[in-house]
Amino acid sequence: MRPAPALAEGFPDLSGMRIAREPHWFRWISAALIVLVLAAIVRAFANGQIEWSYVSRFLTAKVILEGIVNTMVMAVLAMALGILLGIVVAIMRLSPNPVLKTVAAGYTWLFRGTPLILQLLLWFNLALVFPTIGIPGLWSARAVDVMTPFLAALLGLGINQGAYTSEVMRAGMLSVDIGQYEAAQAIGMGRLRALRRIVLPQAMRVVIPPLGNEFIGMVKATSLASVIQYPELLHNAENIYYANSRVIELLIVAGLWYLLVVSFLTPLQMLLERRFARGTLRLAR
Amino acid sequence: MTKPLVAIRSVSKNFGEFQALKNVSLDVWPGEVMCLIGASGSGKTTLLRCINQLAVIDSGGIWLDGELLGVREQGGRLHRLGEREISRQRLKTGMVFQRFNLFPHKTALENIIEGPLQVQGRKADEVCAEALELLRRVGLSAKADSYPAQLSGGQQQRVAIARALAMKPMLMLFDEPTSALDPELVGEVLAVMKELAKSGMTMMVVTHELGFAREVADRVVYMDQGAIVEQGRASDVLGAPREERTKAFLSAVI
Repeated sequence: MRPAPALAEGFPDLSGMRIAREPHWFRWISAALIVLVLAAIVRAFANGQIEWSYVSRFLTAKVILEGIVNTMVMAVLAMALGILLGIVVAIMRLSPNPVLKTVAAGYTWLFRGTPLILQLLLWFNLALVFPTIGIPGLWSARAVDVMTPFLAALLGLGINQGAYTSEVMRAGMLSVDIGQYEAAQAIGMGRLRALRRIVLPQAMRVVIPPLGNEFIGMVKATSLASVIQYPELLHNAENIYYANSRVIELLIVAGLWYLLVVSFLTPLQMLLERRFARGTLRLAR
Repeated sequence: MTKPLVAIRSVSKNFGEFQALKNVSLDVWPGEVMCLIGASGSGKTTLLRCINQLAVIDSGGIWLDGELLGVREQGGRLHRLGEREISRQRLKTGMVFQRFNLFPHKTALENIIEGPLQVQGRKADEVCAEALELLRRVGLSAKADSYPAQLSGGQQQRVAIARALAMKPMLMLFDEPTSALDPELVGEVLAVMKELAKSGMTMMVVTHELGFAREVADRVVYMDQGAIVEQGRASDVLGAPREERTKAFLSAVI
């Protein structure tokens, strides 16, 4: 073996030395300032015209709990409808068929282009346009009986959500490499089967963060259904303060519940993300 | 008299202004191993993609196992086949891609059984047994439960070969199967392909591995600018090329 050449002088061996910790004075000072400001805000609210006993009393009132249940039921159902519509519309949008493409684009245009609260009011007041609805000769009913606040809210929120979700889904499908479609075709899959088995599962990984966003938005958007008498959280809180005039206290109750629900949704989203990240981490398993 | 497995007649294919294939005609015989060589853009990959209909030809015709691909003749006109028919025709060919294109959300075994289970609707236990045998054949028995991201490029390409073989194709198409691999991983993939050639599989291989072509190919086809310039036995085309363009290409490559 050839001997290594002698190393040059003047470069000491640092292998035994540790890296010193920096004091980070600025971080300490700024953190202290922020704590002070927060304390001042808390103090202001504690001394303000708020009867906190009302907040704690109504936080677990039956009507409020029913409201939060109705809010969650509506958010989950409307989101499910939105995702279903979103997937179908995204597939239509990416189809080679110009009719399907145009229908999909028109749907997105219409339901993204008008305010959600307006759409809710339109669904709820459908009876003004069509006094009776049904299938001619088979079944018919008075629209006021069919179009309950629940159904109007579900249709309004779900169909509107579908328009947004379709764009999220389309982005996810476009993010999957074209080679994946080709490989699926090469083993004899048709377009829809390739989408369902190969492309959508991979797109899910990309769309879950924006869908989580959309779902959080949906939980809060259900509060708009209060204008069409759907008994969700905000609507019930309003009904209470119409009776006892404790407006701010009940709004705080509602706000705390929304915050609590949304706080639980974030870890839930992380669980879903892990499920769909299969195979993407080198050390998975 | 035997018939060619693939008969390509006067096939042209354009991408906008660019003529990818110009009036190409070629026969591939059962059991033959054919290597397609040529510079990039010469049309060899396009020809392969036309055979399994990932690209649609503009004119001419391709017959696979006696069946006209992609279109049906009726009343003196050609009618395009529906997606279902095209999928059925694709089952006769297996394709191996330059960039492997394994399904990243499925394990090696799941990649292999996906087609037989979902497309051919065969029984799971039978398909799994065959898939494990295929994995053994490509030397990856230990990797059945690994995801593609946990495999080296060479291992991924061998899984991709097994995935294509699982559909029991009559013809295997290889689109530059070793071009995306680190040099030390090329050998393991070529070894699997050699074994496959020995087993009597009909193969069309687009490749830059002239050593592989010399050793394994029954016929070498040299393409340039969308046309076949020269073809023949590997020793002739690679050892004693007649055309000037072939000579120029070979001297540039070697």
